[in-house]
Amino acid sequence: MATPATETLDLAVKFPGAVRADTRPGFSGWVVAPEKLLEFAAFVRDELGYDYLVNLCGVDNLPEGQMEVVYNVYKTTGGPGLIFKTQAARVDPIEIPSLVSIWPGAELQEREAWDMYGIRFSDHPDLRRILMWEGFAGFPLRKDWKEAFHDEEIKPYKSRWPDGKHTYAEKRSAYGDNINFEPGFDPEKWVPTDPEEALYAALKKYKSEEKDGIKTDHIIVNMGPQHPSTHGVFRAVVILDGETVLSLKPVMGYLHRNHEKIGERNTFLHNMPYTDRLDYFNSMTNNWGYSMAVEKLMGIQVAERAEYIRVIMSELSRIQNHMILIGMLLNDLGAYFTPALYAFEERELILDIFEAVSGSRMMCNYFRFGGVVRDIDETSLRKIKDLVFDRLPRKIEEFDRLLTENEIIVSRLKGQAILTSEDAIAYSMSGPMLRAAGVPYDIRRADPYGVYDRFDFDVAVRHNCDMMDRYLIRLDEMHQSVRILEQAVRQLPEGPISSQKPSYQIKVPAGEAYGRVEGPKGELGFYVVSNGKANPWRYHVRTPSFVNLTALEKMCVGTKIADFVAILGSIDIVLGELDR
Amino acid sequence: MKDEDLRDLNLPGYEIPPELAGQLAITTLDRVYNFGRRSSIWPMMFGLACCAIEMICAQAGRYDMARFGMEVMRPSPRQSDVMIVAGTVTKKMMPAIVRLYNQMAEPKYVVAMGACASGGGPFKEGYNVVAGIDKYLPVDVYIPGCPPTPQALVAGMIKLQEKIDKQSIKHVRWYDGKKEDSVAVAIPYLGPDLIDPRRIPEIKAKSMELAQPPAPAAEA
Amino acid sequence: MNGKGILKGMGVTLQRFVDTYLDDIRWWGKRYYTPEGIAHRSSTNTKGIFTIQYPEEKLPVPEEFRYKPFLLYEEGEKGEKNIRCTSCGICAKACPTQCIWIVRGTDPATGRPVPQPAGFWIDADICMSCGFCAEFCPFDAIKMDHNYEVASYTRNLMDIDELMKPVSYYAGIRPLNYAREEEARKAKEAAKAAKAAPAAG
Repeated sequence: MATPATETLDLAVKFPGAVRADTRPGFSGWVVAPEKLLEFAAFVRDELGYDYLVNLCGVDNLPEGQMEVVYNVYKTTGGPGLIFKTQAARVDPIEIPSLVSIWPGAELQEREAWDMYGIRFSDHPDLRRILMWEGFAGFPLRKDWKEAFHDEEIKPYKSRWPDGKHTYAEKRSAYGDNINFEPGFDPEKWVPTDPEEALYAALKKYKSEEKDGIKTDHIIVNMGPQHPSTHGVFRAVVILDGETVLSLKPVMGYLHRNHEKIGERNTFLHNMPYTDRLDYFNSMTNNWGYSMAVEKLMGIQVAERAEYIRVIMSELSRIQNHMILIGMLLNDLGAYFTPALYAFEERELILDIFEAVSGSRMMCNYFRFGGVVRDIDETSLRKIKDLVFDRLPRKIEEFDRLLTENEIIVSRLKGQAILTSEDAIAYSMSGPMLRAAGVPYDIRRADPYGVYDRFDFDVAVRHNCDMMDRYLIRLDEMHQSVRILEQAVRQLPEGPISSQKPSYQIKVPAGEAYGRVEGPKGELGFYVVSNGKANPWRYHVRTPSFVNLTALEKMCVGTKIADFVAILGSIDIVLGELDR
Repeated sequence: MKDEDLRDLNLPGYEIPPELAGQLAITTLDRVYNFGRRSSIWPMMFGLACCAIEMICAQAGRYDMARFGMEVMRPSPRQSDVMIVAGTVTKKMMPAIVRLYNQMAEPKYVVAMGACASGGGPFKEGYNVVAGIDKYLPVDVYIPGCPPTPQALVAGMIKLQEKIDKQSIKHVRWYDGKKEDSVAVAIPYLGPDLIDPRRIPEIKAKSMELAQPPAPAAEA
Repeated sequence: MNGKGILKGMGVTLQRFVDTYLDDIRWWGKRYYTPEGIAHRSSTNTKGIFTIQYPEEKLPVPEEFRYKPFLLYEEGEKGEKNIRCTSCGICAKACPTQCIWIVRGTDPATGRPVPQPAGFWIDADICMSCGFCAEFCPFDAIKMDHNYEVASYTRNLMDIDELMKPVSYYAGIRPLNYAREEEARKAKEAAKAAKAAPAAG
């Protein structure tokens, strides 16, 4: 992204000797010395108006012997963002000041950088491992760390062809399985450390009270990882006073599939089907986010028709996601399965279209750099038209009638789990969660991509900041999606579906790019660094489910435990992208 | 008839000789027993990843596993008969999965749904991924696919029903009185990496071997 | 009035309940177990019972549906199997999970490579059904199968014998793609012939 000249002057002069422009070819933004980082961040937020920290991730610059942390900040009033970095020598302990005091939304993301890279954020309130467990050996995303099934440094592996005799990875690894230990490790002498100890230590301590001669105690409840209403293998540790939540810590990583480590071994194209498996409800938008980042790096245009097809697919995806969300939210509230079954019916019809155009119901793998892989056939297009002009508006209306005025739902949702606009921005919330808190920030409008600037639609926003609004905003967004779809289907131009020749080897020049799309769950961002080779040097996914959870504790404290389930449901998390 | 032939009569799927067809019907306790079990397989409400969504789809309106008596998804392992391992099994989750399996009452079955649960899947090389649930639990049916479509899942469950049909009440492990067959699977624990208690001596031997400096090449 | 919202919602479920019977009566006798009945139930104006009675009736999969890869062979006149694969290795390179293993064939007499695989394995327990192998194969030799009823009691490692399927099978499951490829191939051959003809003449 281009940095305006005025700001170039300002920042370099404002912090002499501590801030310099990032001049590596293909890179942009600022490099800030760690000592001045807090001051710089406060200045950027307060004076320049970049109040919204979107992405934070570590990068291992092994050849330069540096560890880097990258920050992407934006203005909630819209417009392009600012990127700044800070670097520290790659010698343990690596210390970088924590930005949690400036942007509380950095909390989980900093914990992730600590877990994956071993970057210690000083003054972080709760710096523990997040995706792996406490006690795991090594920091896996470091470039010199190798997994047990390590084959070769990058794909394609040479052992597959021309002399590719099939062998199981187990045969190659030292222990005959996907495990690795230090030489000389003795499991018999090893003293088991309790991996949960640090977690319980992190919870706020409450003393039991004595009142009127009755002693009350607080109890710790573990919900998950196997729990019917945590939407997968998510776990929350809750301290309860009776039924009231006093303190809560989310525990994740039970579905940590090493997306980023695998992604850095893959070639650029190899990553496309992997992105399907991030948010497995919305593989289409995931594809878009990733292809956008790589297209930015390559500096290529997308074919006109493909742009419209992308919009159609993403908006259909958004509708089915929101339908499922409403169905599942009602499940969590206790309406056992009727709304969910209705939602699944519509979803099946939309998935039929995905299956016909892309070949798979869920894992579409439909986008390619510069376009899409296949044109929409006539039958599918007719089906889309039928859905858009007839069935979907009717069904959204039906959901409205079925649920919105239901007294039980209203009393369960209204006024619950308030998250104010200021908090929502500070905690880096995104997507419907942010808009339900009264911030009209939609990337499709604020930082338009694709052809969204050609469509007439409203950014849905609600101002009560409660759970009811989070439910209603999904209905609003579905209406808007139908509006976009109507226009997109009408305007769908003829022409080629890709601006590039189909090829499995893609040349990507060196540089960095951050591609962000408005996914149904919030901002989905891909931070990709290329060093000019066939594989990305750094491949980071900023997922809405993960960052939105930062505010979970804030919302839950003071509510009843039964509402915790509903609050979690209203955030709309999906474990595939939460843990990656 | 010889004794062995008579024993065969008790096995399910015994073919009626052609000359007797139409004159006799064989039913056995096994058939009744298996009919009851195959028609009420309650899966555990236990989703791990992408495949879980297809499992929900198979339970929802369109594919409706209730037609096979499998609609009762129980969140508690105590009340369920089959564990559909739907998704990528991670090391961090592994202790919990084994614990859940141990808590299920016999007869219990495990279905590995999708590539990840069968053999690691696309994430096999990952450092936090277990390359197949069968490293820890006995798997009855493998359903390949990434993810298997709901129809493929239902086909896999029919395969499981076929397996149940072939079991005989005389030989099933949960009635034969031998304790060691129903001993719980040892729960792995999280150390510097996932440690399987059954493999501790092996791991120790290997790590000691790796710690040895490479033996100097023997002088000629 | 308290309870009005609930009643309104119940109205929706009641409407759905009534629709079930109305649609069954309207499609009496042909709603289930007939191709048009399945098509009706998966169309955008479906009402009532949505269930596909698998396995008695199956939801037809679209032509582009992909499950697991397979290798194509041309059936020779004497029943021999002429595999299309030339073991060029593009599928193995394009495969994101690296689940394809190929041994390039060699002529036993000369030791030179021949355009034929000596071994071909696909680990179905790793394959993510992304379809890249079929997409980038320049010889149309590897395609994605439609058969999803592949559950088994053991792990799946598919070797070359298991992978090979005749071209006629492919033409059956993907008629449009097959026709398009055949046309392209004929056009290419015609162009080649046209180029060769003046040179010969």
